[in-house]
Amino acid sequence: MSQTEATEIGAPRSPRTFGSSGRSNFELYSWLFMRVSGLVLVFLVLGHLFIMNILDGGVQRINFAFVAGRWSSPFWQVWDLVMLWLAQLHGGNGLRVIINDYAERDTTRLWLKAALYASMVLILVTGTLVIFTFDPNIG
Amino acid sequence: MPTAPAGTLYRGREGMWSWVAHRITGALTFFFLFAHVLDTALVRVSPEAYDAVIATYKNPVVNLLEVGLVGAVLFHALNGLRVIAVDFWSKGPKYHQAMLWSIVTVWMLLMVPGTYFMLQHTISAIFGSA
Repeated sequence: MSQTEATEIGAPRSPRTFGSSGRSNFELYSWLFMRVSGLVLVFLVLGHLFIMNILDGGVQRINFAFVAGRWSSPFWQVWDLVMLWLAQLHGGNGLRVIINDYAERDTTRLWLKAALYASMVLILVTGTLVIFTFDPNIG
Repeated sequence: MPTAPAGTLYRGREGMWSWVAHRITGALTFFFLFAHVLDTALVRVSPEAYDAVIATYKNPVVNLLEVGLVGAVLFHALNGLRVIAVDFWSKGPKYHQAMLWSIVTVWMLLMVPGTYFMLQHTISAIFGSA
């Protein structure tokens, strides 16, 4: 950098512009996503736990017929689908941060994240498929 | 990357320990979710396969783990609300410790009846109903 080139100092809290440096605001959006998805998940997950684990006998009453009864309603299908996607992305992003914090070697981080992303794809695809293709008369 | 020298401990009191608990409960829940989506996927195999795996959850020992899971998720949810308040409420950082003890109180008030309802079946199965 030549000495005649002025250093530009933006106003405090003005959005950062990274230009050609190859960086992005990904971590900002990830931070925001954790809070927004977390707020929605508080209602979806605590509602799910209350119904499944506490109400009316809890897990003792859960079986195939119980699941068939619930998923005959589009309301619970949508509830479970939204909960699946938000929880998986929220938890997956949390584990990504944990890997970044504790795995110090580049190759360790690479492999842990590869395993993480593979498991996220597996769970999202399997879970979505099960909700959409559920057949109460399969037996 | 330099490693932290031995013998240093960041004594961050409530702020640090709630952060540690948030991490542990979050990671545990993520691993349970992995197993839970796969066990539910057995409804696409057969009713018998699904019912056989769900029978595991009705076992008294797994019943205790269930209380642990619900406790972990409930803490993570309440502490998450506290984190949102610290980040977005102008007085959040000032009251972060008071908010932690508030959510710990709410956690206990909800877990006492919750534990009773979750263990009701197991207790009567082991000790019989008088």
